[in-house]
Amino acid sequence: MSRLSVKKTYKLYIGGAFPRSESGRTYEAEGHNVARASRKDARDAVRAARAAFPGWAGATAYNRGQVLYRLAEMMEARAADLEAACTGRAEVDAAIDRTVWYAGWTDKLSQVLGGSNPVAGPYFDFTVPEPTGVVAILAPAEPPLLGLVSRVLPALAGGNVVVAVASEAHPVAAVELAEAVATSDFPAGVVNLLTGSADELAPWLAAHMDVNAIDLTGVEGSTAELERAATENVKRVVRSSADAQSPYEIEAFLEHKTVWHPIGV
Amino acid sequence: MAQVEKRGANLPATFEWEYAPAPEARDIVQLQERYGLFIGGQEVEPRSGEWFGSVSPSTEETLFEVAQAGEEDVALAVEAARDAFRNGWSELAASERSKYLFRIARIIQERSRELAVAESLDGGKPIRESRDVDIPLAAAHFFYYAGWADKLEYAFPGRNPQPLGVAAQIIPWNFPLLMLSWKIAPALACGNTVVLKPAETTPLSAMIFADICRQAELPPGVVNLVTGDGTTGGYLVQNEGIDKLAFTGSTEVGKLIMRELAGRDVRATMELGGKAANIVFDDAALDQAVEGIVNGIYFNQGHVCCAGSRLLVQESIYEPLLEKLKRRLTTLRVGDPLDKNTDVGAINSKAQLEKIRELVASGEEEGAEIFQPECRLPERGYWFVPTLFTNVAQSYRIAQEEIFGPVLSVLTFRTPEEAVEKANNTPYGLSAGVWTEKGSRILWMVERLRAGVVWANTYNRFDPTSPFGGYKESGFGREGGRHGLAPYLRFDE
Amino acid sequence: MAQAPALVGGFELPSGPRLPRIGFVDAVALEERAATLAKRSIKRESKVQALELAVRMMDLTTLEGQDTPGKVAALCSKAMRPDPVDLTVPSVAAVCVYPSLVATAKERLAGSDVKVASVATAFPSGQSPTEIKVAETRAVVELGADEVDMVIDRGAFLSGRYAKVFDEIVRVKEACAGAHLKVILETGELGTYDNVRRASLIAIAAGADFIKTSTGKVTPAATLPVTLCMMEVVRDVHAETGHIVGIKPAGGIRASKQAIQYLVTLYETLGPEWMTPDLFRFGASSLLNDVLMQLRKEKTGRYQSGDYFTID
Repeated sequence: MSRLSVKKTYKLYIGGAFPRSESGRTYEAEGHNVARASRKDARDAVRAARAAFPGWAGATAYNRGQVLYRLAEMMEARAADLEAACTGRAEVDAAIDRTVWYAGWTDKLSQVLGGSNPVAGPYFDFTVPEPTGVVAILAPAEPPLLGLVSRVLPALAGGNVVVAVASEAHPVAAVELAEAVATSDFPAGVVNLLTGSADELAPWLAAHMDVNAIDLTGVEGSTAELERAATENVKRVVRSSADAQSPYEIEAFLEHKTVWHPIGV
Repeated sequence: MAQVEKRGANLPATFEWEYAPAPEARDIVQLQERYGLFIGGQEVEPRSGEWFGSVSPSTEETLFEVAQAGEEDVALAVEAARDAFRNGWSELAASERSKYLFRIARIIQERSRELAVAESLDGGKPIRESRDVDIPLAAAHFFYYAGWADKLEYAFPGRNPQPLGVAAQIIPWNFPLLMLSWKIAPALACGNTVVLKPAETTPLSAMIFADICRQAELPPGVVNLVTGDGTTGGYLVQNEGIDKLAFTGSTEVGKLIMRELAGRDVRATMELGGKAANIVFDDAALDQAVEGIVNGIYFNQGHVCCAGSRLLVQESIYEPLLEKLKRRLTTLRVGDPLDKNTDVGAINSKAQLEKIRELVASGEEEGAEIFQPECRLPERGYWFVPTLFTNVAQSYRIAQEEIFGPVLSVLTFRTPEEAVEKANNTPYGLSAGVWTEKGSRILWMVERLRAGVVWANTYNRFDPTSPFGGYKESGFGREGGRHGLAPYLRFDE
Repeated sequence: MAQAPALVGGFELPSGPRLPRIGFVDAVALEERAATLAKRSIKRESKVQALELAVRMMDLTTLEGQDTPGKVAALCSKAMRPDPVDLTVPSVAAVCVYPSLVATAKERLAGSDVKVASVATAFPSGQSPTEIKVAETRAVVELGADEVDMVIDRGAFLSGRYAKVFDEIVRVKEACAGAHLKVILETGELGTYDNVRRASLIAIAAGADFIKTSTGKVTPAATLPVTLCMMEVVRDVHAETGHIVGIKPAGGIRASKQAIQYLVTLYETLGPEWMTPDLFRFGASSLLNDVLMQLRKEKTGRYQSGDYFTID
């Protein structure tokens, strides 16, 4: 007689923990009951992210790079699980390699995106890029893993904290990724992953006054409503593609600070 | 009205407190009796048939033997590097190259204690430094450059960066594994293969690094290590198969190498000697400036090319600063490099000790006033007490020549202009230090100091992201940062 | 914009000859120096020496609204005989309590070498009229306190009224009438090491016998860098005037390892002469048991359990 397996419960990932939705709801996707996040879960996730921001933004770029590399290590270790949650090994390999790629950017951004400015006067003038803060991300549906990873990593590499909503049709990859994140030395709250209805959650995140940027890559159809909602606190609105890979994807979530100081005896 | 009384001599009886020895365990390093050359991914016997012993400078015991690579050995190494370059390394996807380097970085972290002990045993530096500075920075260097391997087009947009081919690299004995990582990491990240010669007196961490390459499954021939003395270095420089020569060492040897390379199609970078001025203004945070001065010249026994070996003190603060500095010297602990409480370790070799002694003697002869704290030195081994000279004239040898030992020459200045003049008045130009709480003055000094690295309110700080290198006779080319990639690349014009 | 403060006659300007200049403290370098000192590895006999000294340097403290005579009596017993089993463990330096418990402590400690220290001056906030703070000081001295731990007026300090801070300390010192005065700077509220240095110098000029980091009621309390900063002030004062002042880090020191780090820092900054309870104290409560456990571990070779040591 074959052995009965212990089935996994698919929960949300908020503040470093795996809670069920406060609404108690689930929905069936990819053969499992998956937590259906509510606006209150989204609210809690933003709060957790905000609390985690100073620590993550204040960590050295080297440290952030090492954490992202560790995520790649953990993804590699879970490759089989990840494979079952997406289109296959090729997609997993691409997602892992893209994670490694972004891990290598954290300590190079200011060298490519910043620099000193030769102002016409006795002043030392320089510009440094800084993370914008809490970034809400609506993940693309395809590819299930690579699309999510491609949007989450640029924000993290830049020192931002993230609240990402997985695609409604493919939530399992997000939960697997959350488990990899949870074992990667990320401080709690830096990455938050919600499963459920993006249509239901997106307006709340777009209108949230404590979210600094919103990535609408995963939204199908018109984004006009969401963009209007985002204007209330002048959110940075980003739209990219599921397979983009470039330091300018990171820059979309960065601010630039310019500093002046006199030069004199 | 409160009086500030003088209570003078009535201090209670003193508390004698000797720190018990706190040795780091040695046995984490499994020493081989002999280490062959690392060529084409294998440990091989030298065709020259020659070996020599590596001596621990703190105990004078011979720890193991290494090969003395001859001309043929060097040629084989260069050939192996060329083969590896042609047959795979340069065609390998850059992201794959990157992952090899990340592996190496992680393994260095995993084996960090072993490497730190090996470094202190072999070279004489305190375990606290090898453990907390050398090894972590070496790992960080690989980690940083690993990330550049597949991003070169962003470092040099529109220039189509390509590797040079085979990089020959010769490194010194003062930071063995760190210097190795400063050389190998960027070279490999840019798609080159390497033949590296560790310093004669400090091959051990390089030999362990060979094993790390094996663990990382680095393709054979990408990294080749040839041990030996100056003659091995000479064979490497003369070999016609190299595309690049990177050297860190004395200015004297650097000039010899450059003469040898003249007229040949070999790219070069030189990181040579220094005689840095550490400049303290009267508004500096004094106690912290003292730490910076001490760190500047006694860190790593002064075996540092960018050491702050000339202290330029503003006259208005001379007395209090010197008093604090001399007092601070008396709390430096000189001794067994493997003891966790040691601040200043052993001088790297007998030869170096002789050089230091000779220059210190010249200082006394020329009329400088010497200060040395009382220090109980171990019986065996090569040691030199941290030393300070006052009453130094700019013309004295101790103010002109690089001593490469724990010896500080103290001079004074009155105004910022004078400080700059004196600081720049040397053929060297590697580094400088500025201590003042006034930001605008820091930037003013920075603008005028002819040095490749300026430290303000700190000293001897290194980071893989931060370009390092000299002006004038301290060399050319930069290591670290985005700038550290260019020396290992060629570009379309 | 406030008026420049009028200085009491006789308070020499910090740039004058009798007090070290206030100067600056570089935070990054200071913290690095403290971190390096904290790496010292103190083992075996040198560790036992340090731990025994730490016990002798302790001001065993209870400063709670809920303190009762019973609680203080028990603390005093612990102070006199810290280790129930090992009688070679010395008694602590002092017990530190609120004014209303001074009489209890005095009675309980009679005949022992353990001193009674009392807080005063509207501890912990110091936000009270000077007259009341001076009167409180007189009262605790009359009740028999050997030592007074006062707080500086941080409100005055942070608004630049240094003369007021200074005057108050002078008056409290007078009211001490020979009792030993510790001046608490509350470093956790001062914001910068430059301010800690300035406050230290003001306190010393005004007559402090000891400068103390914290009340223990604010986080951060004592830290190694802040204590190092204060040690450097004490060193400068001694070098320039010969005057000798003690130092007391208080609050947040719970582990033996930390206590040893403080002692190393003291030893390497001020030297062997300061390694005495006359010039250095730890303001602590739970530290004592950790030190006792470490001492017993050094003596028996076994890691210890809290079950074998009294809580008070």
